[in-house]
Amino acid sequence: MKRFLNILLILCLSLVSVSVFAEEEKEEEGAFNAKDVIFSHIGDAYEYHITEINGHPIAVPLLVIVRSAERGWFVFGANKVTHGDTYNGFYIAKGGNYDGKIVEVNSKGEVVRPFDMSITRNVFALLLSCTILILIFVPMSRKYQKEPLSAHSKGHNMLEAVILYIEKDVIKPALGENSARFAPYLLTVFFFILLNNLMGLIPIFPFGANLTGNISITMVLAVITYLITNICGTKEYWKEVLWPDVPMFLKAPIPLMPVIEIISTITKPIALMIRLFANIFAGHMIILVLTCLIFIFAASMGIAVAAGVSVISIAFSLFMYCLELLVAFIQAYVFTMLSAIFIGLAQVKEEMRNEK
Amino acid sequence: MNLFLPDSGLVIWMLIAFIILFVVLAKFAWPGILKSVSSRQEHIEESLRKAEEAAKTLESLEEKGNKIIADAQAEQLKMVQETKNLNKQMIAEAKAKAESEAAKIIEAAQEQIKTDKENAIKELRKEVAALSIEMAEKVLKKELSDKKAQTQYINTLLAGMDKDTPAS
Repeated sequence: MKRFLNILLILCLSLVSVSVFAEEEKEEEGAFNAKDVIFSHIGDAYEYHITEINGHPIAVPLLVIVRSAERGWFVFGANKVTHGDTYNGFYIAKGGNYDGKIVEVNSKGEVVRPFDMSITRNVFALLLSCTILILIFVPMSRKYQKEPLSAHSKGHNMLEAVILYIEKDVIKPALGENSARFAPYLLTVFFFILLNNLMGLIPIFPFGANLTGNISITMVLAVITYLITNICGTKEYWKEVLWPDVPMFLKAPIPLMPVIEIISTITKPIALMIRLFANIFAGHMIILVLTCLIFIFAASMGIAVAAGVSVISIAFSLFMYCLELLVAFIQAYVFTMLSAIFIGLAQVKEEMRNEK
Repeated sequence: MNLFLPDSGLVIWMLIAFIILFVVLAKFAWPGILKSVSSRQEHIEESLRKAEEAAKTLESLEEKGNKIIADAQAEQLKMVQETKNLNKQMIAEAKAKAESEAAKIIEAAQEQIKTDKENAIKELRKEVAALSIEMAEKVLKKELSDKKAQTQYINTLLAGMDKDTPAS
């Protein structure tokens, strides 16, 4: 536990140091803009910004893949556009609708957004996390199949405990006999969210992207859960949705209940999407705000006050980090559990209806 | 604010990456791990059941063994008792037999002794009679040779007879 706290402390400090260098330049330009700093950390970017030394940013540029509506596909390194340069007519917009995104000027002279498939920081984190998951679980499965009865390594035992916990206490109670059919999806979702939550908490280069706090990611996950729920739903489930067991005047001539039921099927995944997004987003935001407080005080009240504030700030962000570790697990758990419950509710059978 | 708007590029990458991840893990990871774990669980349950059975068998065997030992001990005790009894009986019988035998022998001996004694007495009597006759003969022979004395003796005898007759 002590070691773990030490690691957390180091992580906090490194986050602070990243911010220190990030802020210096802005302070020279004028007032310290906490909003820009926070949203640049939370949002997406075309490069992995590590630090800035004497005004020279140290960043890992990623790959830009764009398709212009008029000129076709372009693939180039992000370092060609990240310093305000223009490459082949593409540049990163500042302000406006497309703030921070790659845009181009088309033949009519309008600023338009090309179709953007760039490997941004989030895409990089996404691919990295998927690779890590595959590299962890495929060899683990192979080892388990080869030697089902031998003692496994500590890491495998730990993962096994988590897998069994999710399978036995989350998936089985919600899905019953159908659990084997949906367990692969739910386990994948759980470990995908968990790993990305944890990776998002590590503020050093290959990690630190705010992936599960990005609405695109949570939307895709929620849509997949929605599709699985409704495509694999039984006939009885559809009957409950479209022709529920209520007095006739609620169903016809105005289909009041069916409309409410259909809306409720949609609100469930929307709640899933927002819950995960907002939790992780807010966690990152709080830690960043606590860190930015130091620089706000430094800019307005001097270094001495900032030094005092930094102690409090770091103590609070340490606390928040511990909380976020908990949240990382809880949100993965909640998303998996609710997905399992939604899928399970769509697996109603005729006998079960009669029992009710 | 674009933070709350899904980004098409990220959505597409997410779809591709997540579906690949799902397919790979669903095909190569989860079934293997879950199957292996459940087979191990079955193995453990089976082993536990077997162990329990073995313990039960052992217990019953132990019980059986104890019973056999107890039976054997009882048997032994009984046999010892029987042997003792037999022994006593035999000794008693032997004693009785010996006593009766001894009594018989003694009786026979006494009988013999009696007969012998009687015989000896008879013999002795015969001998004494013969001896007295012989002596009498010798005395008579001697007496007869001396006429004077003889006459005297007869006289005494006669005198004695006379005396006796009035008395009787």
